[in-house]
Amino acid sequence: MLTIKNLHATIEGKEILKGIDLEIKAGEVHAIMGPNGSGKSTLANIVAGNEAYEVTKGEIIFEGKELLEMNPEDRAREGVFLAFQYPVEIPGVSNATFLKTAINEIKKYHNQAELTPKEFLSLMKEKSKILGMEEALISRSVNVGFSGGEKKRNEILQMLMLNPKLALLDETDSGLDIDALKIVSNGVNLFKAKDNAVLVVTHYQRLLNYIQPDFVHVLYNGRIIKSGGKELALELEDKGYDWIKPELVESETVYRS
Amino acid sequence: MNEIKEKDKNPEDLSEDMKVLDDLTTSEYKWGFITDIETETVPKGLSEDVIRLISAKKHEPEWMTEWRLKSFRYWKKMEEPHWPNVQYPPIDYQDLSYYSAPRKKPLLNSLEEVDPELLKTFEKLGIPLTEQKILAGVAVDVVFDSVSVTTTFKETLKEKGIIFCSISEAIQGHPELVKKYLGSVVPYTDNYFAALNSAVFSDGSFVFIPKGVRCPMELSTYFRINASETGQFERTLIVAEEGAYVSYLEGCTAPIRDNNQLHAAVVEIVALDDAEIKYSTVQNWYPGNKEGKGGIYNFVTKRGACRGRNSKISWTQVETGSAITWKYPSCILQGDNSIGEFYSVAVTNNYQQADTGTKMIHLGKNTRSTIISKGISAGRSNNSYRGLVKIGKNADGARNFTQCDSMLMSDKCGAHTFPYIEVENESAKVEHEATTSKVGADQIFYLNQRGLATEDAINMIVNGFCKEVFNELPMEFAVEAQKLLAISLEGSVG
Ligand SMILES: Nc1ncnc2c1ncn2[C@@H]1O[C@H](COP(=O)(O)OP(=O)(O)OP(=O)(O)O)[C@@H](O)[C@H]1O
Ligand SMILES: [Mg+2]
Repeated sequence: MLTIKNLHATIEGKEILKGIDLEIKAGEVHAIMGPNGSGKSTLANIVAGNEAYEVTKGEIIFEGKELLEMNPEDRAREGVFLAFQYPVEIPGVSNATFLKTAINEIKKYHNQAELTPKEFLSLMKEKSKILGMEEALISRSVNVGFSGGEKKRNEILQMLMLNPKLALLDETDSGLDIDALKIVSNGVNLFKAKDNAVLVVTHYQRLLNYIQPDFVHVLYNGRIIKSGGKELALELEDKGYDWIKPELVESETVYRS
Repeated sequence: MNEIKEKDKNPEDLSEDMKVLDDLTTSEYKWGFITDIETETVPKGLSEDVIRLISAKKHEPEWMTEWRLKSFRYWKKMEEPHWPNVQYPPIDYQDLSYYSAPRKKPLLNSLEEVDPELLKTFEKLGIPLTEQKILAGVAVDVVFDSVSVTTTFKETLKEKGIIFCSISEAIQGHPELVKKYLGSVVPYTDNYFAALNSAVFSDGSFVFIPKGVRCPMELSTYFRINASETGQFERTLIVAEEGAYVSYLEGCTAPIRDNNQLHAAVVEIVALDDAEIKYSTVQNWYPGNKEGKGGIYNFVTKRGACRGRNSKISWTQVETGSAITWKYPSCILQGDNSIGEFYSVAVTNNYQQADTGTKMIHLGKNTRSTIISKGISAGRSNNSYRGLVKIGKNADGARNFTQCDSMLMSDKCGAHTFPYIEVENESAKVEHEATTSKVGADQIFYLNQRGLATEDAINMIVNGFCKEVFNELPMEFAVEAQKLLAISLEGSVG
């Protein structure tokens, strides 16, 4: 579904990603972990098409298409979804209007009939029930005055409504209380299917108890320095990142020899 | 797409989005066609003779001619004001024509007798003059250059005792009402442009809602400047007697002309005890081209008097047009418990300049006012809010709430806020809030990421920003206003 090859990227002249290779197949769940500032959000944003970052080298193939040649809205319409680490507020625009427009833009792109207001409403009811969201949140302005946890839930609501092929969830677990974490994870698990894929960015192994990853990758200083199964997350939880940091591993080797 | 790549002089920080937008700047004013119609135009220049001529052409009674002359003499002694935050070359008042009318005398009773060219013009503008549109239930008065060409629905309204006609007709048919109220809210001594308007006003609408009557439909006037080098000076007068209610809408467009055209209207409205008047404007005069050439100078005096107890006047305006806008729809809250409201969206793009706002003058007890102003600046434009809240010494318990929000769409535009507050009564409460924001790349990206193209994303953000004001507009006009906004801002970020 998604193939990233030797991806390099800079922001304001500073190199953030220094050669990323990643392959995600349909039906898989991948987790990316790594210290603050290592480039996790950068990676997710670049896949989604955020033009604040400059790709200097490499390619991203999504469903056989060269993503880097597509504008962000077309990537979204093709099925790339990013649940933002920091969801943005849009004052005066109701969640419902926003979502209805989004769904219908995507439908239009695929030459499908737009949802009628009634169809939209029942879909919205169904999905917000899964996430235990109050109806009031739906008529409120997008993310305005939402608590941290409500914003994250709202991102997942959007994911369920738009039903993408690839969902990139950037620290969706941070800011969620214990119950909310279960509810949101349940939402993601309901979404998971043979023909879609999920990439979660997280700092906490707890989330991975609920959303079981097939692969865990460690992103460090712009590179994936280790990949493994879900047990890698447990190991990280236990030992932190030091034991795999390349410079530390290297110096250790030097010392021994 | 190719075109913009060449035009981009500083592409270093223009993202792809911004380029798409920049491309769209080429969208032109869509109401800019010129109607080829035979007109009768008074030669350029302003003098007592010209004023007598205008008055004679309109078969006005002596008192009206005298009032015009008095206004003219007063105007001659005045100086054009230059305090607004706008810039323009000096206006040569002798180089304008003060009257232009379609030559075929329009008959006001039937649409069939209106010049077909005119009907076609209004069809192009999407103005409901056809029978089918009339069924939609909006009574329309149309002012083409200097004269009112048709007023629909007159009969239906007449049954309720409502008078809705051109001001010229009112001067003929209801002189006692005109005499009583004309100049009673905006005297000719009020300001330079009001004096000029009083001297030369050509036409406009007159609305009278008698005691206890709720006007059953929206009343609407559509103003169109067609002739070149002609000033347009409409005069509108609306009176709601005790317990009456009316919602009135005004729309305006003009053809594309290279030279600037002057529009100096006066609107006076009067609400007696328990009366309510809603006045909505969608102003879309030609704003000039992308380089700032041409466009309308819109220098307008609009004022409402809440004379009666519990009366209410609301101004809602969506200002997207004009090269320069200079207007402050105001409320004089005389009656105890009276309410004044001002809801405004002012959009400036390219080289447009707007200095607009309101005055709320609290004189009566427990008077309340609300001001919500949304300024959107794009391109190299300049957008100023200027507002006065004055609480008189007898206005016990008066309250005002003001909120001024500005949104910037580029780095080269300006937004300014000039709030003036004068409080002479201790018990009054005046609140003022102001914000300035920029349409953020992060907001646009968020919406892009959900499948919205950049232009749609910007429209969504801007509409959200203006929502409190759009909510005040009658439904169909709110839709119109949103479309207009989208067109005015096409290609505006960058
Ligand atoms: N707009 C920007 N300007 C300058 N530097 C930036 C900008 N955005 C990101 N960076 C830098 O890029 C690096 C990677 O940031 P990124 O947000 O991808 O980290 P992250 O792995 O998601 O971290 P966290 O776990 O804290 O969310 C950081 O050093 C950050 O400061
Ligand atoms: Mg991050």
